[in-house]
Amino acid sequence: MSGSAVARRGVSRWLRRGPWETGAMTLIGGGIIMLVQPWSIDLYSYSFATILAGTVGYVIVSHFPE
Amino acid sequence: MTTILQPDDAIIPGVSEPAKSRATRRVRGLSDRTIAWLFVAPTIALLLVINIFPLAWMIRLSFTSLNLSMSYLPLRFVGLDNFTDILTDEDVWFRLQTTAQFVIWSVALQVVVGFGLALLINRQFRGHSFWTTIILLPMMLSPAVVGNFWTLLLQPQIGPFNYLISLFTGVPPSSFSMTGQVSLAPWTIVLVDTWMWAPYVMLICLAGLRSIPDYIYEAAEVDRASAWRQFWSITLPMTVPFLMLAVLFRAIENFKMFDMVNLLTSGGPGSTTELVSITLKRAAFEKWRTGYSSALAIILFVTVFGAANVYVKALNKVKQR
Repeated sequence: MSGSAVARRGVSRWLRRGPWETGAMTLIGGGIIMLVQPWSIDLYSYSFATILAGTVGYVIVSHFPE
Repeated sequence: MTTILQPDDAIIPGVSEPAKSRATRRVRGLSDRTIAWLFVAPTIALLLVINIFPLAWMIRLSFTSLNLSMSYLPLRFVGLDNFTDILTDEDVWFRLQTTAQFVIWSVALQVVVGFGLALLINRQFRGHSFWTTIILLPMMLSPAVVGNFWTLLLQPQIGPFNYLISLFTGVPPSSFSMTGQVSLAPWTIVLVDTWMWAPYVMLICLAGLRSIPDYIYEAAEVDRASAWRQFWSITLPMTVPFLMLAVLFRAIENFKMFDMVNLLTSGGPGSTTELVSITLKRAAFEKWRTGYSSALAIILFVTVFGAANVYVKALNKVKQR
């Protein structure tokens, strides 16, 4: 097997949609909890950045191969 | 009526032969893809004008200090200042907590009531269709109508709700106000929202219950499983994806809730029932802080958009079942 084929297989193993989508959805869910939790204003301050990262990430990884 | 179909090469009176063949060639020259685009283009243009352009404009305004009560001042670019203001403002944080409490309680009650109603309606009984229609009625009303209607029902002096409560508890009807007391107002908006939207959850749960094949229950009865056991081992697990769908949809909708609560309590007494959408309206149209309110609208938009992605994913999972 050629080196490029091995590299391609390695990349495609990493670029699978399922786990990345789960990660992005966890980030969105975590961000929403940070936004509305009543304990720490610091968590609240970073909530929008977390939700935004999760949402943008989700849009990107939903185009990855299955 | 008789329609005579003309073959392609038939001579049509009044149309010269070269002109006709040119026209035919032009129509035949359009690919399916081009024709599809021609049909879709007006809708896309409309979407761009009424959705995408205002959104892009709002994103631009969120980075400025625009205040419409002082619109004569030059527009100043302030970078992320509006976002920083919002994300360090304890008032907005408290309003978001109020919104979350409203979402959690109303969705929880809607799921319990809706699922219970679905279990009842799933049985065949006399007047089944009539009662289904009656239960679905609140969902078909406009939130503005529901807000006004419940404002009258909950009126302490003339509203029948207080009389009903006094009938069971003995408390004088005009001694309490469901929308005017700090301890009761949050529960009032939860109650009204549950009254309106539990039928929707019932419909989704009913779809879930009807999708369970009868042979599973028949097999359970052969194994002498009790009704309680059948509920916990068959009915509930097979309805959970549908319930999740209802929870996600209602949570997103309630996060954006404005009209009904604004009509019922206007966020009062004080700011007890002030949801974040009411804060947004006040910042935009009472204080005229357009830049600040645009930034808040974007934060809410991104939150709802993120939650909607999760919702669509859950929807696809239910579809695959």
